Amino acid sequence: MEKIAYRPETLTKTPFTYCPGCLHGVAHRLIAEAVDEQGLVNQMTGVAPVGCSVFAYKFFNFDMAQAAHGRAPAVATGMKRARPDMHVFTYQGDGDLAAIGTAEIVHAANRGEHISVFFVNNAIYGMTGGQMAPTTLPEMKTTTSPYGRKTDDIGFPIRVSELLATLIAPYYIERVSLLSPADILKAKKAVSKAIQYNKEGRGFTFVEFISTCPTNWGIDPLKSREWAKENMLPFFKLGCLRDKGEGVE
Amino acid sequence: MAKILMKGNEAVAEAAIRSGCRLYFAYPITPQSELIEYMARMMPKVNGTFLQAESEVSAINMVYGAAGCGKRVMTSSSSPGISLKMEGISYIAGAELPCVIVNVQRGGPGLGDIQPAQGDYFQATKGGGHGDYRLIVMAPSSVQEFADMASEAFDLADKYRNPVMILADGMLGQMMEPVEFKPSRSDEEIAEMWRQHESWCVCPNEDGDKKHHHEINSLEIDPQVLEKHVNDLYQKYGVIEKNEVRYEEFNVSDDNEILCVAWGTASRIVKSAINELKAAGKSVGLIRPINVWPYPYEAVAKAIGPKVKKVYVFELNTGQMLDDVKIAVNGKVPVDFWGKVGGIVFTPAEIQAKLEECF
Ligand SMILES: Cc1ncc(C[n+]2csc(CCOP(=O)(O)OP(=O)(O)O)c2C)c(N)n1
Ligand code: SF4
Ligand SMILES: [Mg+2]
Repeated sequence: MEKIAYRPETLTKTPFTYCPGCLHGVAHRLIAEAVDEQGLVNQMTGVAPVGCSVFAYKFFNFDMAQAAHGRAPAVATGMKRARPDMHVFTYQGDGDLAAIGTAEIVHAANRGEHISVFFVNNAIYGMTGGQMAPTTLPEMKTTTSPYGRKTDDIGFPIRVSELLATLIAPYYIERVSLLSPADILKAKKAVSKAIQYNKEGRGFTFVEFISTCPTNWGIDPLKSREWAKENMLPFFKLGCLRDKGEGVE
Repeated sequence: MAKILMKGNEAVAEAAIRSGCRLYFAYPITPQSELIEYMARMMPKVNGTFLQAESEVSAINMVYGAAGCGKRVMTSSSSPGISLKMEGISYIAGAELPCVIVNVQRGGPGLGDIQPAQGDYFQATKGGGHGDYRLIVMAPSSVQEFADMASEAFDLADKYRNPVMILADGMLGQMMEPVEFKPSRSDEEIAEMWRQHESWCVCPNEDGDKKHHHEINSLEIDPQVLEKHVNDLYQKYGVIEKNEVRYEEFNVSDDNEILCVAWGTASRIVKSAINELKAAGKSVGLIRPINVWPYPYEAVAKAIGPKVKKVYVFELNTGQMLDDVKIAVNGKVPVDFWGKVGGIVFTPAEIQAKLEECF
């Protein structure tokens, strides 16, 4: 009989610290499943960011490092260079990766660093209580854009996947969503691909997840997924931007 | 081994490689660029990693990652770049990772200039980054000592799982002196050093009972747990304070009428002045802290002989180590200070004149 509900071996028994309905847990699970399926638990290592997923170092069953805010790609670089025999990923939010850590992600990608980056875009700073992120949508209200994000004042949301796709070195870049069961299945494929390429030493792999923050958006979990489909997906288009393994350049 | 004439910046890099450093991450800045350039040339020859980072912030975080894997790793910079590393240094200290950081100091504050200075003493010894932590800080005064400190620094870093800073300056980095190197550690010795960290570092897992879950981390969200962690760190620092005080006594005797205290480049100049005065029959002693943290408080206090009228501190700053000397002297005799700043180095004649005024 096929087991369809189980706890991936690569997740510890530590309970997630996320709000009910938060999709960080789904993203963790996809990564854990892919690591399990590819038999990588003994060679895997990850870097947790600063953000709601700061405790990710407790959730994965292999060795983990916790990085300063935004610095995960640099930490992962140091780890991969020190242990080329291990497979290294970072897990980062939009404030972590696209604001304070912009230099680190761009240069890790530009070096074609042999790491995977999992980027959870929920258009807000979840952990600190709902401030504006670089990915916050135009006119979206947050605690630091109480009148809505004004693009003439603070600019437009950053499309990180597209930005990184201007670089030559990255091997694989795809934007997926966690907003519906069908999208989660597609997201799983992207995660598996990123980890497989990582395992094969192909180069820098990047998966952006369009996610939600029901708590700080002030919208219940199910409605927040609908809100994200209507408002985020038109701006952050899903799809593969780079896949050198499949000739997508 | 025969002595080689070398710049301090290159000598410390060579010595680091010989002592088993196989990863180096840095960003260019004067007056330490010979160090990063030397590493760029030599690391590939020992199958090591040289990586020019996008910033000093990234470089120190690469160090955090590599040190988290238990490998000997180094970074270097000069004052403005060291400021950028402070966040990472605090994390490294909090996560108890061994690494070596070289600061080839230049004039500050701000962009300052590119001449030798000692203005980063406070930053190195009193914090710099946030939170309750300590760096072991070694202060060389010659190219030979700069080189010797590389391997000593790595050994101390490994022994205490603590970051160690070598606090040099533009003079020591740029000048050439004869230097003799210790033999290189063999690949087996280096592999053995790495294995010693396997109980805590990021490393491949094994199947079955041997499965581990190591966390490289400085976060403790529970105040009670953080309290214990910080207290444990302080206990470790206490052991370091007991074991790792290092200083040099120069011409210290009961005849001394003045006791000088100076470190690094400044101490060399003070020594020349003391020799001149000796020839003229005037007795001046010098305490040179070799490690500026932990600080040789007792040695300074003990060196105050019966005839000493004054303790005189000379630094290439506006009086930073001065505070530590005052703690050591504790009001026993007056403490005086003279320094030069802006990257201007005092001459032996200037020091001699200052000391002669005291007789
Ligand atoms: C240097 C530094 N600046 C600011 C913070 C405070 N801080 C913690 S998490 C965070 C934002 C995290 O947002 P994001 O990366 O989007 O993650 P999310 O919580 O939304 O998953 C900020 C600003 C910090 N910890 N360190
Ligand atoms: S604050 Fe938002 S992102 Fe953070 S755990 Fe709660 S729902 Fe998830
Ligand atoms: Mg976010």
